Amino acid sequence: MGSLKVVTISLLLGLPGSLAFAQSPTYGVGRTPTAEELRRMDISIGPTGEELPPGRGTAKEGAQVYVQKGCVGCHGATGVGGLAPILQSTKGVDVPVWKKERILPLRAPHATIVWDFIRRGMPLGLEGTLTPDEVYSLTAYLLFLNKVIPEDLVLDKQSLPKVKMPIGDEFGKPHQFKLNAPRLEGYPY
Amino acid sequence: MDSKRNSRRELLKAGAALAGGITLGTSGKAAQAQAHDHPVTPSSENASPMIHGSKELIEYGQRSKYVTSVRVEHPIGGRPSPDVFGKVFHVATPLQDSVGVITPSSLHYIATTRGSFLPDIDPRQHTLTIHGLVDRPLTLTMDELKRFPSVTRLHFIECAGNRHNGKQKNVQDTHGMTSCSEWTGVLLSTLLKECGLKGSAKWFVAEGAEEVKGASSIPIEKGMDDCIIAYGMNGEPLRPQQGFPVRIMVPGFEGIYHTKYLRRIKVTDRFYMNYNEFGHLRPEDKELALGEQIGPKSVITYPSGTQRLPGPGFYEISGLAWSGGGAVKTVEVSTDGGKKWNRAEFKNTPQRMAHVRFAYPWKWDGTETQIMSRCIDDIGQRQALREEIANWWKVPLERDYRVPGLDNSVMPWNIARDGSVTNGLA
Repeated sequence: MGSLKVVTISLLLGLPGSLAFAQSPTYGVGRTPTAEELRRMDISIGPTGEELPPGRGTAKEGAQVYVQKGCVGCHGATGVGGLAPILQSTKGVDVPVWKKERILPLRAPHATIVWDFIRRGMPLGLEGTLTPDEVYSLTAYLLFLNKVIPEDLVLDKQSLPKVKMPIGDEFGKPHQFKLNAPRLEGYPY
Repeated sequence: MDSKRNSRRELLKAGAALAGGITLGTSGKAAQAQAHDHPVTPSSENASPMIHGSKELIEYGQRSKYVTSVRVEHPIGGRPSPDVFGKVFHVATPLQDSVGVITPSSLHYIATTRGSFLPDIDPRQHTLTIHGLVDRPLTLTMDELKRFPSVTRLHFIECAGNRHNGKQKNVQDTHGMTSCSEWTGVLLSTLLKECGLKGSAKWFVAEGAEEVKGASSIPIEKGMDDCIIAYGMNGEPLRPQQGFPVRIMVPGFEGIYHTKYLRRIKVTDRFYMNYNEFGHLRPEDKELALGEQIGPKSVITYPSGTQRLPGPGFYEISGLAWSGGGAVKTVEVSTDGGKKWNRAEFKNTPQRMAHVRFAYPWKWDGTETQIMSRCIDDIGQRQALREEIANWWKVPLERDYRVPGLDNSVMPWNIARDGSVTNGLA
């Protein structure tokens, strides 16, 4: 009855369809998070970069942060030679990206992923403590090391999503998932 | 304390000796009953010593000291777990010793996003938040989550790194990155309906609370179908290594999608390429698709690599089969290197996205041979030989050929005349 009333009222008011079918909660357990809680918790950054916070940074600044924050200890002085995964390709400039090492600031289809991972996953033991400026700077430094951007490019909310990554469009896109269907249409195995 | 215990033990020994004396001349039955009630003496018919009851044994229990099956790092010689920092990377379950379909929680395989610290989460402090394209964002404590209607289902989880090659010795190395448990929790669809899913919802991001905040993008159709927000595993709370206090089960999808320490679900209208998805990145759409839902797969666990048949005679060949596409429909076993395939029997009822135990009775005549299994699932997908897969992709079958997606090709085991079992891909 309640939902019928909602539908009627929504139709009368000309509300969008999705809202017209909105159901009231069945169990009423739990609470509504505050906008501030959601803002703090929502660290997802998509390819458009629209969720990026204000801030800025360059490769030169990033090189300093890289030393200050101890990145050198695990990743080596210039992204090679440490115990942690390498961050700078050891292959020649002419080698196609898929033949180079699987390095995030090199093979990522969007520069936003580099920003997102540094923000959520680094530095080891102090994850989530870098300021937006520091994350922009480190992203710029690692992209510069891999010859993706020039040294003087300022990365910010506007420029970061526009960075042209070496992979271009040469990567597989997610398919339309179908329930109870083979994992790949036409593939028998 | 110790001297007290010792003196009590002496007393018991004396009592047992006395009891032995007294039972002289009484019936054998009575003597046996006595023997079970007392510690063993050299003259007792009970040949086994007593397991001394301890607080720990009474409270939580422990397996026999004669059962020594353990998890090992994966791959062998790869990154050690734990490492010098106490971090865990990839650890494989000892399938060669498994019976039935449930993997004991203590032996479930472990994989972490990048070799992470196991977070020691206080469940009273942990919450799960659902937000994004929903009418009403929702934050739940663990106690609140448990108030929703629950489901209990068998499901396997398998790591994308579960690949077999000719260098591996036993089935723990070749296939040990899959495990099957009984999971209890709330269907994600129940929670999404409670929040009111918006029509524009296409994906959701499931994010963990561990230090690296591992996150994966999952199609909303899957979320509304059979994903479980799981807090229970094999009759007790999840183990920390499996995501305590709560993880998401994405039945049939590769292990990395089953986000542990789940803290947040964001419903979105787009695919978010997280670090986890970067790891999945492939040049071609087709190969990328094969890195999501797991194909039909089976493996013989007995007899398997490094085991030895004592001599010709009867053996029950036994193994596990599973599929990310549904329930296993049939399993076939070959004992002659793939010339003839024989229908195997199921030891339990096959369930969707769960291991099923199969078996085939076999009389080994003592000659050299090769044994293997293959399966078909209930949506018609078929487990194939490596050469069949290479043929389909129109590529030559080289020694190090990499099966696209999670490797679900047939696994052969060679049996030599002396009964020793070795890797058939070697």
